[in-house]
Amino acid sequence: MSLQRFLEKAVSEWMSGEGPDSDIVISSRVRLARNLRDYPFPMLATESQAKEVIEQVSAVMNQEDFQAIDQFEKLNLDEVSSLEKRVLVEKHLISPHLANESRHGAVILSNNEAVSIMVNEEDHLRIQCLFPGFQLKEAWGIADRIDDVFENNLDYAFDERRGYLTSCPTNVGTGIRASVMMHLPALVLTQQINRILNAIGQIGLVVRGIYGEGSEAAGNLFQISNQITLGHSEEEIIDNLYNVAKQIIDHERSARRTLIEHNKIGMEDKLCRSYGILSNARIIESKEAATRLSDLRLAIDTGLIQGISAHVINELMVLIQPGFLQMYSGKDLTPEQRDVRRANLIRERLSSVLEEGK
Amino acid sequence: MICQECKQRPATLHFTKILNGEKTEFHLCEVCASEKGEMFPGSPGNFSLHHLLSGLINFEPGNGGMGGVAQEKPLRCETCGLSYSQFSKSGRFGCVDCYTHFASRLDPIFRRIHGSMEHSGKVPQRSGGKIKINKEINQLKGLLQQKIAAEEFEQAAAIRDQIKQLEKQLANS
Repeated sequence: MSLQRFLEKAVSEWMSGEGPDSDIVISSRVRLARNLRDYPFPMLATESQAKEVIEQVSAVMNQEDFQAIDQFEKLNLDEVSSLEKRVLVEKHLISPHLANESRHGAVILSNNEAVSIMVNEEDHLRIQCLFPGFQLKEAWGIADRIDDVFENNLDYAFDERRGYLTSCPTNVGTGIRASVMMHLPALVLTQQINRILNAIGQIGLVVRGIYGEGSEAAGNLFQISNQITLGHSEEEIIDNLYNVAKQIIDHERSARRTLIEHNKIGMEDKLCRSYGILSNARIIESKEAATRLSDLRLAIDTGLIQGISAHVINELMVLIQPGFLQMYSGKDLTPEQRDVRRANLIRERLSSVLEEGK
Repeated sequence: MICQECKQRPATLHFTKILNGEKTEFHLCEVCASEKGEMFPGSPGNFSLHHLLSGLINFEPGNGGMGGVAQEKPLRCETCGLSYSQFSKSGRFGCVDCYTHFASRLDPIFRRIHGSMEHSGKVPQRSGGKIKINKEINQLKGLLQQKIAAEEFEQAAAIRDQIKQLEKQLANS
């Protein structure tokens, strides 16, 4: 069954770690919200209307111009177990909303999972492109192309004055949400991060911590995205985010250099201790794992530790989440069992990487 | 730390609420927090953008509540039946036509959210042609009115023919 293949093959394109500036930018994402003119938005659609939307979208999948883009497969979420849904969420392929609240939701995944198209989420269509590294423009290019093929075959809800009409007023206009996920440990360590994040908030961008509780970012991961969708063109929105992210990358790099110049042995000690814990721990909570993996990633990206590639960290970040751990064990686990499982998985993965390197 | 509500589960959510300048600290477990309906930015599932939004939408322009004004009948989308007050609670439109039926209230909302009221991005390729023609027709109609008002009837007639031509194009496409 196709789902099995998707889940067995745990590593998506965005986790492979190959991409420009991937020492700081983990992934770049562009999402377009689109709706069909002749159906109510999913919130108010009847069962049969929701089904018809899926049928209309599926019909486009059979078109030549759609198949020319890539190979795609569709999963109906009604036929997917809740654990499997959770795994899809952890891989960032579907939203929690689609997993938990949608009726007749579906997702169309490209072969390498760089493209995921959600059907009957908050909007009829959410076209999402997720690329490794700093590739915003590339992600927009693919999303734009898929959008054109859908538009050629479906009657979109578009208004001259308001643009693409969406269920939520925060998406109207371009319907675009572009984001970059950044690893910013040196800006956090040098306490520059808050000043930078405040500044970002004032220019129409939003920052979220990832895998964190509250506003605190576990693992020093931050997602920066545009907030405004109406009144600017897609290119302007992407350029704006691109330029801001570029500046943050420069700040992070120079903070890393400063840290190493001023206290190389101290940094080495801190980061290698984390490596020691990851390689030896028997029980590890997700928050500690995120922090230690952030240290290990920084050590790899600054050359303090060699022989491990950064994509192993991307992979682990996803694999140590509750859904994946349970999928991997083939059964439900209590939080305590998960902590043991997580520690095992990290140890095994790190030692196998070193074996390969020999 | 133990949750201050149930005093059983560990508190995983810690936050400070400032209400009318008065600070209160909370330490709750996730179960009690979601029962209390507290919202936490960033914590999965709990933070509702739509709650925030409804604060922006729930804005009744010009409704000063002065005596003597007859109660208008509630604004409602005729296509999907969603009322304006439902929209302002959920923060979501029900269908495409809500944009038309609630049009009189939307400008200030979009200005608050986006700082702008009009789309200036991508236009769909297929339906885009029609949209361009429509735009042109509307512009010509405005011009036509001006010419008629200025009693320049010859030019008005030419513009009228142009409009007819475009409308034909539209019907054929």
